[in-house]
Amino acid sequence: MTGTSIRINGKRVSVYPEARVLGAARDLGIQIPTLCDHPLLSPSGYCGVCVVEDRASGTLLTACNTPAAAGMDIWTDSPRACEARRRTLELILSDHPESCVICEKGNACRLRDLASAVGLSLTSEKHVGRLYGINDANPFIHRDLSKCIGCQICVRACREIQGAEAVEFTDLGVRARPMTSADTELAGSACELCGLCVSMCPVGALLEKPGRHAGTEDERRAVICPYCGVGCTLELAVRDNRILRVSAGVEGSVNGPSLCAKGRYGLGYVGHPDRLTAPLVREGGELVEASWDAALSRVVDGLGRAVAGHGPDSVAVLASAKATNEENYLIGKFARSVIGTNNIDHCARL
Amino acid sequence: MTNSLEDLAEADVILLTGTNTIENHPVIAQMMKTAVLSGKTRLIVADPRDISMARYATVRLRPRPGTDVAWLNGMANVILSEGLADERFIERRTEGFDAWRESVERYAPAVVERLTGIRPADLRKAARLYASADAAAIYYAMGITQHSTGTDNVKAVANLAMVTGNIGRPGTGVNPLRGQNNVQGACDMGALPDFYPGYQRVSDEAARAKFSKAWGATLPGTPGLTVTEMMDAAGGGAVTAMYVIGENPVMTEPDASHAAGALEKLEFLVVQDIFLTETGRLADVVLPGAASVEKEGTFTNTERKVQRSARALEAPGEARTDADIIFDVAARMGSPMPRLSASGLMDEIASLTPSYAGIKYSRLAHGGIRWPCPDTRHRGTRILHAREFARGRGKFHPVEFIEPAEMPDEEYPLVLTTGRMLYHFHTGSMSHRSAALEEYVPEGWAELNPRDARRLGISEGMPITVTSRRGSTRTHARLTPRSPQGVVFMSFHFGAEAVNRLTNPALDREGKIPEFKVCAVRVEPGASG
Repeated sequence: MTGTSIRINGKRVSVYPEARVLGAARDLGIQIPTLCDHPLLSPSGYCGVCVVEDRASGTLLTACNTPAAAGMDIWTDSPRACEARRRTLELILSDHPESCVICEKGNACRLRDLASAVGLSLTSEKHVGRLYGINDANPFIHRDLSKCIGCQICVRACREIQGAEAVEFTDLGVRARPMTSADTELAGSACELCGLCVSMCPVGALLEKPGRHAGTEDERRAVICPYCGVGCTLELAVRDNRILRVSAGVEGSVNGPSLCAKGRYGLGYVGHPDRLTAPLVREGGELVEASWDAALSRVVDGLGRAVAGHGPDSVAVLASAKATNEENYLIGKFARSVIGTNNIDHCARL
Repeated sequence: MTNSLEDLAEADVILLTGTNTIENHPVIAQMMKTAVLSGKTRLIVADPRDISMARYATVRLRPRPGTDVAWLNGMANVILSEGLADERFIERRTEGFDAWRESVERYAPAVVERLTGIRPADLRKAARLYASADAAAIYYAMGITQHSTGTDNVKAVANLAMVTGNIGRPGTGVNPLRGQNNVQGACDMGALPDFYPGYQRVSDEAARAKFSKAWGATLPGTPGLTVTEMMDAAGGGAVTAMYVIGENPVMTEPDASHAAGALEKLEFLVVQDIFLTETGRLADVVLPGAASVEKEGTFTNTERKVQRSARALEAPGEARTDADIIFDVAARMGSPMPRLSASGLMDEIASLTPSYAGIKYSRLAHGGIRWPCPDTRHRGTRILHAREFARGRGKFHPVEFIEPAEMPDEEYPLVLTTGRMLYHFHTGSMSHRSAALEEYVPEGWAELNPRDARRLGISEGMPITVTSRRGSTRTHARLTPRSPQGVVFMSFHFGAEAVNRLTNPALDREGKIPEFKVCAVRVEPGASG
């Protein structure tokens, strides 16, 4: 390996030319706390939490976006770095609402996690609240910008991963916040309601509405999305035979962190009260509930009568572009070997 | 897809046509958008409507609906006349070039402009961009196939890829985007009237002998009926019983009133679904099925990747999986089939299907495998036709432009084109029952060009009636330049609109796909129809 050599916490490490201090430290197994950094996004340096001390230059610098330069002598937990990190977090917390106890983000909040890691509580600074209200304008996203920490993960994710560029970080000073270009509602903007920004928000500023207050899951199961043909993997959070939430990011999936509005918010149909839960048979013109035994007898009778009376080609079978491979195979085998007809198709053309 | 999603971003140029990708395949659109924004990939978007993807395009073509063969041949005409063809590829890998070349000579840019409305300068720009790229891919969907000339359209697409040598390498290819989560797999598994699993023809004696032996029955050798032909046969009395599993032809068939009428004539109809669909309401027996998340199984995506899906929930009440129900029906009909698990069934499929021969559940634990996968050590196939085509040499098929089966006239002066929208899916039996989606988009609409609307005295949000030769439906108007003049767009997700009461059942003669993308309608203000 050629390239630059730097020291981190006294250990020497060789780095590639484009490496940043944060990456070099991780290569050594040294964890630097971060808030606005995300492995899938370009580094930004917005939050300042990843501050470290370079004793060679005598400066404090943000590890996420500072290139590793020859001769650096980085200390990630020096008293100066720790004090700066603590001050930065105190500032962020100073205008963060004290609503942790009811915040749906709960233990998944990165800010809360970091605050407790450096020994801060919310009341340690004078609280200066911000004026933003809650936006509940669409059925997908609950937005509370009073909790926004300005990390711009949402803005970067929308641009760099989703490619939609629907939100930007605009306005000035304390009013700066993520918003659509004309500060309109998301409906009617370039937003595709893919939910990526919500899934990546490190705090409770962006929360999914479906599945809010649903509690904690018992297990997670990876399934293939039932909608289009892309084949995204959905990770279902399940409890009591109910889907609580849907997320992405399963290893080996075609979609990585991405989903669309249907995949992320469109599985409600599974538990819908309209689901058929018993066979129905027509009696006197009406469809009425029946036992499986009675229903299957009718099926066997109806199909058998057609085959006996008019030959196997008087029966037609429609398989399903929603059924599994194994089931489609079985349906084809059934039509051809049990009924004896090639009259089998599905809606590929429709 | 000949290629894979993994190498999509290796394309220098992507030609998108007949795919409203952001709304129909949002996650593939996401891959394309980021490829464009990274500066690597340039985009050509050819679509009559001003779809959102056009925002990312370097070149934009807006052909008149139903004129795809004309502009695709026109692209080839420019490529040939400007010396941009890949002579080496044509010589080594293809046949039929000379006859085809003659056929596209008639599609000079000025002729194409008359047929399609595309300006010669734009056509040339698109042709040059596509042909000059090191790697150029074509992605298309139902906007290419749902025409009475759908097969010709696909051939014209393939010709374009072959003449430029854009086949068999990363970032190239002819890539249809499939619209249902297992439409690829249903085709692969032989849920088709003319194929056994793996596209082995029912008319092929060796294939028929193989499957007859494996399935323990003498199988019929004459290809069966397609879904649209089944409806005609049901109406005409040749088909008297139907078993419909997880499909809703009353909503999805063109000229839907005809389909419903045909199903009512059946002596026996059994429908197996998770909801009581429009088709189920006509049935003699309705069997409650399990949703996909309630069963273990595999699905094959648009890039041929076979992926496992876990059973995450129990089916509600007495609902059962399609496999369990089929096992029962077969046993009661006196022809029991071995009750295998999903993984056991895949082993049986693999033993009979060369392209799936290497697929085993144990190999699918950390991601899928793309077929062809001929043995259990094979890692799957990322790119098809890398060295040769399935038939050896790729054949240039000359195709001529033919107008759609039904053209606008004085009585029905507008073209209706149908498709999907981002927040709903197909007949809506799933998306309408997902609360957030339904709350966000509770009803459909028709998109009209503002100029057409003004001429017709229609304003934004006004109730309107859309009428074709086959039927009439009511909806609301949305005025938008997304629709070109003379074109109305409607989605088919809304039962109240039942847009397929209007559509034309004219079929492509080879693919048997209905012409959903073009039919003639008139639009009137008010809900009179």
